[in-house]
Amino acid sequence: MKFTWFNLMPWPYLPDDFREKYRSVWVDIPNTLYDPKKGHYVYHEYMDQLEYAESLGYDGIGCNEHHQNGYGLMPSPNIIAAGLARRTSKAAIAVIGNSIALYNPPIRVAEEFAMLDVISGGRLLAGFPVGTSMDTNYCYGQIPGLTRDKYAEAHDLIMRAWQSDEPFAFDGKYNQLRYVNIWPKPIQQPHPPIYIPGGGSIETWDFCVEHDYNYSYLSFTGYLRGKKLLDGYWERVAKYGKDESPYRAAFAQTICVAETDQEAEKLYAEHVSYFYNRCLHIYGGFADAPGYRTIKTLQANILNALSADVQKLFPTLTWKQLLDEGYVIAGSPETVRQRMEELIKGLRVGHIFCLIHVGNMPDWKTRYSTKLFAEKVMPHLRNMWPEWKDDNRWWCKPMDERLHPEEGVEKARQDGRIPL
Amino acid sequence: MTSRTIATARGASVRVFEAGSGAPLIFLHGAGGLFADNPFLDRLAERYHVFAPELPGYGESTGDALLEDMLDFALHGWDVVTALGLTKPHLMGHSMGGMIAAEMACIAPHDLAKLVLVSSAGLWIPEYPIPDIFSFLPHEFAQYLFVDRAQGEAVLTGGLDLNNPDALAQFYIANSRRLSMASKILFPIPNRRLSKRLYRLTAPTLIVWGRQDRLIPPVYAERFRTLIPHAELIYVDQAAHMVPYEQPTEFVAAVSHFLG
Repeated sequence: MKFTWFNLMPWPYLPDDFREKYRSVWVDIPNTLYDPKKGHYVYHEYMDQLEYAESLGYDGIGCNEHHQNGYGLMPSPNIIAAGLARRTSKAAIAVIGNSIALYNPPIRVAEEFAMLDVISGGRLLAGFPVGTSMDTNYCYGQIPGLTRDKYAEAHDLIMRAWQSDEPFAFDGKYNQLRYVNIWPKPIQQPHPPIYIPGGGSIETWDFCVEHDYNYSYLSFTGYLRGKKLLDGYWERVAKYGKDESPYRAAFAQTICVAETDQEAEKLYAEHVSYFYNRCLHIYGGFADAPGYRTIKTLQANILNALSADVQKLFPTLTWKQLLDEGYVIAGSPETVRQRMEELIKGLRVGHIFCLIHVGNMPDWKTRYSTKLFAEKVMPHLRNMWPEWKDDNRWWCKPMDERLHPEEGVEKARQDGRIPL
Repeated sequence: MTSRTIATARGASVRVFEAGSGAPLIFLHGAGGLFADNPFLDRLAERYHVFAPELPGYGESTGDALLEDMLDFALHGWDVVTALGLTKPHLMGHSMGGMIAAEMACIAPHDLAKLVLVSSAGLWIPEYPIPDIFSFLPHEFAQYLFVDRAQGEAVLTGGLDLNNPDALAQFYIANSRRLSMASKILFPIPNRRLSKRLYRLTAPTLIVWGRQDRLIPPVYAERFRTLIPHAELIYVDQAAHMVPYEQPTEFVAAVSHFLG
């Protein structure tokens, strides 16, 4: 098992009456609610937590991309990743990811991801989300009915750019480039491992299987919905005749660990409530632009995770329901271990993106929960897929002689690691 | 009205509603498509040979993926005219259909008889932003489109019971397909620079607008008239965006008077 510590980077100062007063945490949230001076400390606290997670032995540390969003302060996850790449040396840097249909031209992603891979010494996990409808259509103005087509073209361009040894001309529908010639190229060859976070579109399953990309989903809307999507994915894997390595899939899970189940509720319930009631308070009209999902997906009745119906549900969820229905895994290390085992086996996943900082959780609670999970839960879950223990196809392959934060380039030069 | 399906040279399959006889009149529907009842078309068919094609993505017309941008939409319009074997038809478009009809007329100004733009999309005035129909929840449309909200609900749902989950799902899928198509020329801002091309219009032009239009307010009618100097502008009272459905009698009278 691989565990990646993720921080969505929510704004922790949304007012108590946020839900009543404003229609959406995303897209048209008043930016007067953001205070840049407080934001200075928020970024540093969150980045410190990511570095702390590395020190506790998490395999990866992760960030993602959202726009105009009160629960995701990373319009450019690459900036966060660049900071992490300089201050860490062991953990994978999981950027899950860059919404490649939004970059013009998309070789910007090929370039920045290559920079991150080179700076980090080959530790990048490269995520290519289509992006939510809120981000992609409403914030970044992409035409819903053409978003997937543009995404597909961006994907082809980036992959070719990374792997080509010669400049080439690209005559795309959305991008015309006379000279594609990536400098720098990534350390990981032929390319860093690719992760595709799914939002519930059935086309994504086939795309992942065909290209052998990791498929990931998340727990915001409970275990059952996650199970439905992962089951659909595994069905496609079987249909294509591919092996069933659990490392083909990842799941992002909200996790809260304390000494006891009671303590977990006492410490964390308010922050989980903040997340579900304020951070996921999204105007229904922004959840799913017409054409963002294909008719095939709509007919398959895979409702959008953040549709108006689901929205109505969130404020009614009690702590017990959140736990029983697998939105959140919380409790003592033993409780969490049991639930995680069920989850890992039930969904057949080899990667967990651990969402341990939740909503407006203060730093000390975040670190407390993070440490308990690392020390008292993770070790018991490490070997859940013994038959696949050597399968590193979806993990980064860093260079052995890479720099560590505590040493400088001069040290590497003295050691003779730099060929001069 | 009767309907038949025609194939365009590009490969789209288009259902065309048809009625009447006389001078050919093409009606291009708005982003919501044709509704179950379109009484103004029946009345116009008393004087004209009315053709109402459904855009790919709407009703039974297919070939959605063949149309990607404004030029595709405009040329598709002429492909339909060709497939119907018509010469110099009148073009009339409502809302998004007005935008398409205007583009068609800019591309081939001598290939039409007269042009009627009804509550037409296609322009953007920063001081008067048009509400974002792509973020509307189903119950929000009527208040922008109709003076009489109850009438609006009835027309928009076509009598479907939206409390029935299956009916709602069907409506949702069809609506998503329609607006996905519309998004190609209307999203995120319904402006594909028509204003740069309107100088090319030579056909006599009528602009019809509802005085109470809350979606594309009357200031846009004035802007169209400024950009098409020879155009005639008529306002209809007690009508919002859906003028032909809200005030069919006055609407048909104005159009008939203009077309002759």
